[in-house]
Amino acid sequence: MRSNTVGWLLLAPTLVILGLFGIMPFIYVLYVAFHQWNPFGFSPDMIYNGAKNFRRLVFDREFLLSLWVTLKFAFFAVTSEIALGYLLAQLFTREFPGKAFFRTIHTLPLIVAPIVVGSVWRLMTTPSIGIIPYYLDAWFGYELNIGRDAGAAFALTVIMDIWHWTPLVTLTLLAALVSLPKEPFEQAQIDGASKFQIFWHITLPMIRPAILATVFIRLMDALRTVDEVWMLTGGGPGAATRYVGLHIWKVVFPKTDYGYGSAISVIVLYLTLVMCWILYVALVAPRDRKKRTS
Amino acid sequence: MPTERPYLAILLWSILSIATLFPVYWLFVISVKPAVDLFTTPSVILDSVYWKNYADVLGNETLRRYMMNSIIISTGNAFLVTTLGFMACYALSRFDIAGKENIFFWTITNRMAPAAVFLLPFFLLFTQVFAIGDWKLYDTRIGMILLYCTFNLPFAIWTLRPTIDGIPKELDEAATVDGCSTWQVISQVIFPLARPGLAVTLILTWVFAWNEFLLAATLTSFNARTITTGLSEYVTSTGTEWGTMAAIAIITLIPALIIFSVVQRHIVAGLTFGAVKE
Repeated sequence: MRSNTVGWLLLAPTLVILGLFGIMPFIYVLYVAFHQWNPFGFSPDMIYNGAKNFRRLVFDREFLLSLWVTLKFAFFAVTSEIALGYLLAQLFTREFPGKAFFRTIHTLPLIVAPIVVGSVWRLMTTPSIGIIPYYLDAWFGYELNIGRDAGAAFALTVIMDIWHWTPLVTLTLLAALVSLPKEPFEQAQIDGASKFQIFWHITLPMIRPAILATVFIRLMDALRTVDEVWMLTGGGPGAATRYVGLHIWKVVFPKTDYGYGSAISVIVLYLTLVMCWILYVALVAPRDRKKRTS
Repeated sequence: MPTERPYLAILLWSILSIATLFPVYWLFVISVKPAVDLFTTPSVILDSVYWKNYADVLGNETLRRYMMNSIIISTGNAFLVTTLGFMACYALSRFDIAGKENIFFWTITNRMAPAAVFLLPFFLLFTQVFAIGDWKLYDTRIGMILLYCTFNLPFAIWTLRPTIDGIPKELDEAATVDGCSTWQVISQVIFPLARPGLAVTLILTWVFAWNEFLLAATLTSFNARTITTGLSEYVTSTGTEWGTMAAIAIITLIPALIIFSVVQRHIVAGLTFGAVKE
């Protein structure tokens, strides 16, 4: 048996860094969440007010609405990205002329900073100056106005997210697909399995950890999206794209209600954690249990 | 899309490429237009090119410094995070560590925090906690390299874990029997086999660090300010200077593109990876 000390030593730098830059700020936020605090106001003292901030957010319609639109956004964006990303990754496992070129093109959106992505999409879609509303109107007579049409604004944030993040899904799934052993696939083909059977019984179980990791990363990032949406719609029209990350920003900065903002953050963090934990248990645990009993 | 019909793949990719490229192309169009032309009737075809925005950006010493900072910070962070993530994944995969699945899950929770509220604790950490005399972590490159670990290190661990787990344990056992030390097993058995995964992790964490905006905007002022933050100064100032902003954005894409094209080959090398196993 190999010494566990070596294992802990390999793990130690990670634990130290995440402890310093992850746990310490979190404890501070948790502490602030139980206080009424406006550091930039007339009385910049922290006043302890127990769980009042948490009681307040349960009945805060603005917050609940922002949570709901965030969940909708995350659902549509992440499912589309996983489906599209998988198809594209599967395409990239084949050989065809110009593959390396197309792959570089496909990864391009990934290297554009979120703040730039938001700006460009805004320039392309703002009524009267944007190229997209212009041609939609000229060709189809459709008036796209993200400043007024809540549905269009929401759809556009989802499309922007798909444009920006599908390449990430393609890359992580491609890395998983190319690392699969070939024998089970050859064997299945010899046995006359259909394409769908191969996908369902061989490919999917084998790349499940990679899919899971990708869903996690995308889900949690979608739940805290700020920069891009801020640049594209500013959260509007109304509250149609006022996602939770943005909502917290608005509570903390223009309103400088730091205690309440911290409480919302803690709850959002907690909800994200629970969602991911459920996913983790539902998808990973059965696999491990099977491994242990077999 | 079977291999026998490559033209279908090429056709499909050409269509997808147009959709993918358009926003980037449009960014370029904006960057080579004088400000007055931006708000006239849009045209997809570029009729004249105006390079002044690029000359302005490249001639700006502050922006060149920001660019250098970005390169140092993202490269430093990507290598640090990939190395630590690799070590951590190896430990989680091969050693009998108490509560290791919980540790694994916990790492990712560091990426879940909504940024807005965490800015203040980070600011206090950087100006007061990690401060010795006149020296502060605030506005230093090393500070940003370490800080970006909070969201990049969990990412590295989660993307590398399947790769490391996928390398059969029998290989390291065989190497150990042959007299290899743990270090030799890692460097000569695991590392070469994990290379495609490491390459993907390295580029992605590099890109995330390169693009990060909010933390850099709060925790740097000049010495360690990154190009994304510099760019935002043009977005939010009175009357956005779209041309200059677009030119900076296009310039920031170039190093990322170069790195991408270079590392792509390592991902291709991963295509033979499956043959090594079992």
